[in-house]
Amino acid sequence: MVQQLGQLPMGWLLTALLVFVVTTGFSVGRIRAERYLVSGGHKFHSRGNYHGYYVAMWGLLPTLLIAAVYVLFSQTAVFGLLNSELPEGFHTLSKAELQSYLEAVAGAAKTGGYAGADRIFATVTSRFLELSGSLKAATLAAMILAAIGGISYARRKVAPDFRARLKVERGAEAFLFLCAAIAIATTVGIVASLLYESLRFFAQVPVTDFLFGTRWNAQTSAEFGALPLFFGTFMIALIAMFVAAPIGLFAAIYLSEYASVRTRRYMKPLLEMLAGIPTVVYGFFALLVIAPGVRAAALGINSLLINIGVTSEPFLAAQPTSALAAGLVMGVMVIPFVSSLSDDVINAVPQTLRDAAFAMGATKSETIKQIILPAALPGIVASMLLAVSRAIGETMIVVMAAGQRARISFDPSTDLTTITVQIVALLTGETQFDSPKTLSAFALGLVLFLVTLGFNLIALRVVQRYREKYE
Amino acid sequence: MDTTAQTDYNPALTGDGADKAQALVYPRIDCKDVSVFYSGKQAVFDVSLPVYDRSVTALIGPSGCGKSTFLRCLNRMNDTIDGAKVTGEIFMDGENINSPEVDPVLLRSRVGMVFQKPNPFPKSIYDNIAYGPRIHGLVEDRQELDAIVEKSLRRAGLWQEVKDRLAQPGTSLSGGQQQRLCIARAIAVRPEVILMDEPCSSLDPIATARIEELIDELRKRYCIVIVTHSMQQAARVSQRTAFFHLGHLVEMGDTDQIFTSPRERRTEDYITGRFG
Repeated sequence: MVQQLGQLPMGWLLTALLVFVVTTGFSVGRIRAERYLVSGGHKFHSRGNYHGYYVAMWGLLPTLLIAAVYVLFSQTAVFGLLNSELPEGFHTLSKAELQSYLEAVAGAAKTGGYAGADRIFATVTSRFLELSGSLKAATLAAMILAAIGGISYARRKVAPDFRARLKVERGAEAFLFLCAAIAIATTVGIVASLLYESLRFFAQVPVTDFLFGTRWNAQTSAEFGALPLFFGTFMIALIAMFVAAPIGLFAAIYLSEYASVRTRRYMKPLLEMLAGIPTVVYGFFALLVIAPGVRAAALGINSLLINIGVTSEPFLAAQPTSALAAGLVMGVMVIPFVSSLSDDVINAVPQTLRDAAFAMGATKSETIKQIILPAALPGIVASMLLAVSRAIGETMIVVMAAGQRARISFDPSTDLTTITVQIVALLTGETQFDSPKTLSAFALGLVLFLVTLGFNLIALRVVQRYREKYE
Repeated sequence: MDTTAQTDYNPALTGDGADKAQALVYPRIDCKDVSVFYSGKQAVFDVSLPVYDRSVTALIGPSGCGKSTFLRCLNRMNDTIDGAKVTGEIFMDGENINSPEVDPVLLRSRVGMVFQKPNPFPKSIYDNIAYGPRIHGLVEDRQELDAIVEKSLRRAGLWQEVKDRLAQPGTSLSGGQQQRLCIARAIAVRPEVILMDEPCSSLDPIATARIEELIDELRKRYCIVIVTHSMQQAARVSQRTAFFHLGHLVEMGDTDQIFTSPRERRTEDYITGRFG
């Protein structure tokens, strides 16, 4: 019996129960308010619906809390209980092994396909089902009790002079605040964990060694000088911006000033589609098409230089993966970031300014160069900075096409590695969470975060200064 | 007085003995059967209208009557609107400005324009005025440019107020000052004609009075066409008035005559406030 309860589909049940509580609460509150109206002809402060919402709110709040606690902690609780009952033999297992064993148990319990398994596994699984079954039953009971309690408490409050609307409005405001707070709390949480783990890393490796060291070899020997990674990141972002900044800006100028309404209507979404291509597709495009091209070109330059006698040995590295290949493709990827935002900004320059310039006898290009672009400059700069942030944080293209070797070289045909590539390399495969190797990924993540934050702050400052000047 | 004589008669030059000899002149701009279409929809219908030098011609009429659209034909500003088409002939110095050989950029340097809302460039006061002379290559050196800036600001009656703050942004001025800045900016290119599209509609009465005084002053040198919603303003500043209704030119003539004894019933109804 209890075991069968263990197979209850809690997701559906919880949702159904919550919906039921809300509708019941609403009807209870509303009917109560309307009965007052019919019997006494009272003048109500709030309309019937608000009393309904109020009661529903009181029914929902405690039930939702219980449901949330269940969703968050039920697995841990059941595993904990089960763990304490497991026979001696299990205590020799490592933490990770135990966890995966328990997860296998939970999976088998869900499908019910454990009949043929060995005796210990079957026993553990049926005990798991018993435990989770009683937990589920208890949770549902608690929710129903809480709903009844909340609804009856709120129902008693329904009265002609009860200001239900104000309460409901306050409740709605609190809900909206909660949504905003969740987003912020997530960011704060991520930053806090980055900081915490980074501090653990810096306890083992000095900050200066990390920031200014030129030797990065985290995988094999413990060398954590991240300067080559920073260099690679900025080199590739720079190449990307050499592509994206002019093309994006000129595309934006064409779209906003020259293209007819019709052309613009088709071209802008098409351009924005570039941003919708999965980065892994860009990645293999870079690896399979661009990188061989870059290599061939570099080899050509090498043999040319040798032939005309400028050098005696190859001048360019001409590697199969290269900074140039990754940078070029990344540049194409961030074009829409520049063009779309710049186009919006240029369009936002008031038509009256264009009229003014045209009426002075300015040509179209004079108007664009001398009036529109200066007025739109802060927004354009902001769009560039956004694109840089995007390029620095981009991972897939560089993982596939930039290479793994950490070094400082200005030769664009050589392979470089970036912060993001190394984070991926550090955290894939067998990892232990307290080795400096893994922790260094958090330090790299922190640097990445700070740099992006810096770019965003600069963009904000630029826009603000412009506002002070012209508005 | 027959109609032909009236067309060729420039009232701005009457009343002053010395100018009597010039009383009969040819129009500075002569429009013949001008029609304007926006995306195929006709907004102005066969308007023929002469505009005289050294006088103010007011275009009045209810909202949407096509007066601003017509005004924008005179410096081909309608070219900048997608789907706008202008037919008919507009002669300036004997040349049809609607013909394809005429470069609108050069035309606009001869026909300046002031807009409804003051629209100074987001540049300094000085650079706002200097913009036109610079792009048209009117000056050789900085002294010459300084002189043009000062002269234009003086003519626009703004010099005393801004001479110590030329480096400040034009947008830091008050609305009325901004509009005078825009007038100064238009003057700086040495135009022959100045078009004004409801130049006072966003200004308070005091600023409006200053602009009206300025228009009266500018009339001595330029040919001015002004679109206005205010009949009092038309009566105060213009010598000739044209009344537009639903895209048609209903009546034109001396301002005094239009306001005291209009020939058309619709004109009378409009100026006495019965519609519009």
